[in-house]
Amino acid sequence: MSVLMQEMSERALRLGVPFSVQLDLTYRCNEQCVHCYLDHDDHGEMTTAEIKHLLKEMAEAGVFILTLSGGEIFMRKDFFEILEYARALTFCIKLKTNAVLIREAQAARLRDLGVESIQISIYSHRPEVHDAITKVPGSLRRSINAIRFLRAQGLKVVVGNVLMTQNMQDYHGVRALAEEIDARYTLDPTITPKMDGDRSILDLNAGESDLRRLFRDEAFVGNADEFCAPPPAPDENSMASLPCSAGHTACYVSPYGEFYPCVQFPLSCGNVRQQPFIDIWRNSEQLKEVRAIRLRDLSSCSQCAHGSTCTRCPGLAFMEGNMRGPSTADCEKSFARTGIPSANLLAKKEKASPPRLVQIQIVPAITGIRLSGMGSSASAVGA
Amino acid sequence: MTKKLYVARSPRIAARMLGEEMLVMSGQGSTLFTLNPTATILWQAADGATPLDEIVERRICSEFEVKPEDAIRDAEALAEDLAKHGILLISEEPIARPDAPVQESR
Repeated sequence: MSVLMQEMSERALRLGVPFSVQLDLTYRCNEQCVHCYLDHDDHGEMTTAEIKHLLKEMAEAGVFILTLSGGEIFMRKDFFEILEYARALTFCIKLKTNAVLIREAQAARLRDLGVESIQISIYSHRPEVHDAITKVPGSLRRSINAIRFLRAQGLKVVVGNVLMTQNMQDYHGVRALAEEIDARYTLDPTITPKMDGDRSILDLNAGESDLRRLFRDEAFVGNADEFCAPPPAPDENSMASLPCSAGHTACYVSPYGEFYPCVQFPLSCGNVRQQPFIDIWRNSEQLKEVRAIRLRDLSSCSQCAHGSTCTRCPGLAFMEGNMRGPSTADCEKSFARTGIPSANLLAKKEKASPPRLVQIQIVPAITGIRLSGMGSSASAVGA
Repeated sequence: MTKKLYVARSPRIAARMLGEEMLVMSGQGSTLFTLNPTATILWQAADGATPLDEIVERRICSEFEVKPEDAIRDAEALAEDLAKHGILLISEEPIARPDAPVQESR
């Protein structure tokens, strides 16, 4: 983030402005990725008119950065109508797509409409790996072709490389591919639970040894010793810091109008079909609760050595059952990075360790009685 | 100034008022700018149909204590600068359709 953008975000925070919003236009998708957290059925998406009304409300509320995502945004037949309307309202538009439906004509139209950037998911440089994750044969080839069309129009393209067990060995290849096709590259080693709470896909998360190798890879992290250094002890400033921008300057709206602090934070704050966007932003009790939380209020994290440097996601913590609790996925990353277990991991280890066996010596006076058992006291035995 | 100048907001920018300032992102390289109140007035009034000198007379001279000739000179310089960054379009003819091909900087 540029210095000026950081300054504007801070000003938005002071003014209480929703500076950045992600709007998912649909959960329908033409890929069936193994790690996807969404239900792809259409349960009643907002209509074109509803979305236009929402966009107008968002512009009036001061939203500047609008990320249009899904599902697959090009599954909506009215996608360009929505985009054109949004650009007329002078949003800074970022798109997230798998791009398999983008050809030369679509790329040219995106250029004409002044889209700021397009993030495209690429899982591997090897078709057999990428296509196995998307479950669509030929999807890698089509996504790469789309990137070339977009770059030919001068558009900014970001290759988004989500890492999981299936493609953990391929991130060097994906970055090289991004360089070859003149796209930027970003990497995310986090698989999140499904929005309905199903946690089964978390098994796809990279293991500790893979994360450790990634975090020591100087081609990605720079100086590995600095990146993996033990964290400084949290000070007063970090104790008073905000967990992240969710609910403070950013929020998320689903295709059904549900308003959440973030796409990864499924705490319903209202529905834009029933209430004006700005009313939810200003008055939602749930958002007020999210905004009140500081590091010092977090049950485990406020006591943790990683408090000042952890990438704790409050949404993942919420999905674990407590928005003031730890996000174990981030604890695991902090541990893989530094080798220092978080307070949460230590507590889990303590809880999971087998109870201490009490070993009781046979006392001569009561020979013949053999005792073994669990508990902390056996002093009464044989008394 | 011998010829009228017309200015229009570029259709390729993103913009929003944030507090007292206009935040503008140019389509050229995603560069971010903030416009001060005077530049914001000029940018907001840049409809492609109203000549720059009229914008200055109606919107700037009426609000700020400034000589019209100084204001027009400053406004031209500002318009040139905004045009160089792709924020504003400048033409010697009215700009009926902001997306029509026009001179982006002189």
